[in-house]
Amino acid sequence: MKQLLTFVKKEFHHILRDKRSMLVLIGLPIVQLLIFGFAITNEVRNTNIAVLDNSKDETTQIIITKIESSQYFDIDRTISTSDQIEKAFKTGKIKVAVIFQQNFQEELAHFNKAQLQIIADATDPNQATTLTNYISSIVVDYQNQVNQQNKLPYTINTETRMLYNPQLKGAYTSVPGVMGMILLLISAMMTSIAIVKEKELGTMEILLVSPMKPRLVVVSKVIPYFIISLINVATILILSVFVLGLPIQGSLLLLIGSTVIYIFCALSLGLLISTITDTQQAAMLISLLGLMLPVVMLSGYAFPIANMPVILQVLSTIVPAKWYIIIVKGVMIKGIDITQIWKELLILVIMTVIFLSISIKRFKIRL
Amino acid sequence: MKAVELENIFKSYPIKKTSVQVVDDVSFSVDDGELFGLIGPDGAGKTSIFRILTTLLLADKGNAKVLGYDVVKDWKSIRNIIGYMPGRFSLYQDLTVEENLEFFATIFNTTIRENYKLVEDIYKQLEPFKTRRAGKLSGGMKQKLALSCALIHKPKVLFLDEPTTGVDPVSRKEFWEMLKRLKSQGITILVSTPYMDEAKLCDRIALIQNGKILKIDTPQNIMDSFDKNLFAVRSENMFKLLNDLRTFNNTESCFAFGEFHHLTLKDNDINISDLEKYIAQSGHLNATIKIIKPEIEDCFMQLMK
Amino acid sequence: MLITEKEIVIKTDKLTKKFGDFVAASEITFEVFKGEIFGFLGANGAGKTTAMKMLIGISNPSSGNAQVAGYDIYKQTEQIKKSIGYMSQKFSLYEDLTIKENIQLFGGIYGLSDKEIKSKSEELITKLGLNTEADKLVASLPLGWKQKLAFSIAIFHQPKIVFLDEPTGGVDPITRRQFWDMIYEASHNGITIFVTTHYMDEAEYCDRVSIMVDGVIKALDSPENLKKQFNAKSMDEVFLMLARGAKRGE
Repeated sequence: MKQLLTFVKKEFHHILRDKRSMLVLIGLPIVQLLIFGFAITNEVRNTNIAVLDNSKDETTQIIITKIESSQYFDIDRTISTSDQIEKAFKTGKIKVAVIFQQNFQEELAHFNKAQLQIIADATDPNQATTLTNYISSIVVDYQNQVNQQNKLPYTINTETRMLYNPQLKGAYTSVPGVMGMILLLISAMMTSIAIVKEKELGTMEILLVSPMKPRLVVVSKVIPYFIISLINVATILILSVFVLGLPIQGSLLLLIGSTVIYIFCALSLGLLISTITDTQQAAMLISLLGLMLPVVMLSGYAFPIANMPVILQVLSTIVPAKWYIIIVKGVMIKGIDITQIWKELLILVIMTVIFLSISIKRFKIRL
Repeated sequence: MKAVELENIFKSYPIKKTSVQVVDDVSFSVDDGELFGLIGPDGAGKTSIFRILTTLLLADKGNAKVLGYDVVKDWKSIRNIIGYMPGRFSLYQDLTVEENLEFFATIFNTTIRENYKLVEDIYKQLEPFKTRRAGKLSGGMKQKLALSCALIHKPKVLFLDEPTTGVDPVSRKEFWEMLKRLKSQGITILVSTPYMDEAKLCDRIALIQNGKILKIDTPQNIMDSFDKNLFAVRSENMFKLLNDLRTFNNTESCFAFGEFHHLTLKDNDINISDLEKYIAQSGHLNATIKIIKPEIEDCFMQLMK
Repeated sequence: MLITEKEIVIKTDKLTKKFGDFVAASEITFEVFKGEIFGFLGANGAGKTTAMKMLIGISNPSSGNAQVAGYDIYKQTEQIKKSIGYMSQKFSLYEDLTIKENIQLFGGIYGLSDKEIKSKSEELITKLGLNTEADKLVASLPLGWKQKLAFSIAIFHQPKIVFLDEPTGGVDPITRRQFWDMIYEASHNGITIFVTTHYMDEAEYCDRVSIMVDGVIKALDSPENLKKQFNAKSMDEVFLMLARGAKRGE
């Protein structure tokens, strides 16, 4: 036990005395979370749009007012013909144009149907999608209002909240993603580097020739990174709730419990990497290419998995982060309980067992 | 019981698709309390032999025992009773002198206080730098710290792999004085070195080259077994002298040895005056020739051929 | 050694290097002559490496002056680098290139023409007896051969001075001597050799030897005179006498 404690203390000395690793371990998670959390909301605020109202009736005016009153769009009043719209798109003056058909209100009243065209500058497809979604949601919102009025004609028109809170939308996807990424970075990459460093320095030779059990060496190497991962989970959650205003809808205990399982999974991946590499450089390269890349590309964090080719969809199932992100989204945002995520949890546990048994099998008691 | 025993050990490594025999049928044994030296240049196989004995490496063939324990089967027992100092400086550069020693004491299940007596001599010189990071120590100081760390658990057998490589002559001398004191406390020491002049400080030595043992004996016996007369020759122009001696028709070998050239002749019974005459004819001034006792290095070079 | 006229190739005047309060090299003053084998000795941490780095133009002195190959070490480091060769125990050749490729690479670095490189590299390979190995990776060569090849490459562009930092560490006794044969030959051809070593017998092969202790040159003379001066039997003794008094452990 004393061996273990001394070893862990030594490990913390290494970490605390190396400013660079400190920065990666503690600073990076915070910076990443804040960047990803705020980035998307800033983008869509006060976007210039043009409105071409070919109907000029009561309904179109209400919708236009609604669009304008949202803090996300500024209507450029100087644009009033379709030629001007085309020009404005080319010069980048506007990002979206909304075009109402003629006799909008009449068509709606008589046929329960009316045409509204949304044109977006799709040079940045993500932004275009977001913007058109916002406008559609405003229109849908109006529709709901009208429908309600039809049923209960005397209800006073109340302000309705938007169904998808655009301000939170960025954080909703980025927090689970950042958690999946950061924990993998710290637990897998930093752990594997720390173990391989001992090999590279030659200190592993002395440790192996000591009475300390080789497995205890590994456990002691892993503990500090486990602790740091937990600290990071805490900071990420605190930041998400208090700075990004994200709710934790489900059980906090369940969230933390599944996070611990994910950390174990990442740690065993780190161990596995350390058993197949001999230099810190190689460990870093494998971690970055073999872990980070799939997490960003295939976990559903940056790109929706449903839109991927089948092969990539299949590949994405072996990325632990994918399952973890599903769990976090479910528990944090949707507030679901263990009965709905036990499958994902089980997958993580099975993965951990597989990684761990391969690394134990591969771990050498000799050089 | 022997402290260390090796029997027909073989080890090869694949290097660039070809297999290189780094340890080639090596057998020797070290007695309890002996200071045994493995003498040979880089690449002779010294480190591989050390790693096999310290249970870090498996031999391809052969048996090896440390204090009666088999290096393959009983690796756990061996790791409890030996001390090992690898060739590369292998301490934590970002930990202080004291932290390093404390760390190694703990992983060997002991404390600095328990075995302080053993390392006192060495550690006293380090104590003024107790709070300095190990990475900031000089080469000689690093060696001392590494030795202290290897000794802190009072090992029965100490394996020192090239402890003096790259260390200046003063620190080297001090290091060997420390080894002598440790030996007097009953610790068996197996040490390797590429410096031939250090061979004489061992009880027995094995000369090793290209994975093969050239000879095992006491330094004195090895020097006595040199079967040729060895001449030390010098003159005012040493470079010319070396070339002239090499072209002398009776020369077997001639090498520069500090202020003299060491010369052996094909015909051992030659009259020294023939040689004198030849040197004088070659135009050398103030030439001196004397018959000397060979050094270990002379023997090594003779055995290399 | 062949000294026809005593042409000075290295001249230092109170060369000093400080790191904060720590004086790594203090007022070093000496001269090295053309074709001389100059042994630069000192204990670990005595300041040898610091001094050498200043002379080869990769470290700026804190104070003092020096000329190497006639060039000022403050202003003309580029010219210095062209007129010197350098070889150290740690880095000398690219292990993953073949022998030929290494020669071509260094020839190219020093601005030799392709034609020159071609004819000279063939000459060199033949001289070293490496014809059959020329297309093999340097990694496959024994250490002794690597060091000999590294030295040959260091003097390939016929520098005025070649700096050797512990060139023979760990090399077997015979190869070590073959290496010194090469040093003698280079010196004979007028190349000045500036060499550090931990083998004291090698100090005897030098024309003159300086011994540094705690950043200061404590002694400088021919091995013979040094032995007389300190009433010692060997250079080993001289060195121990001087270095034992060292205060600092780096």
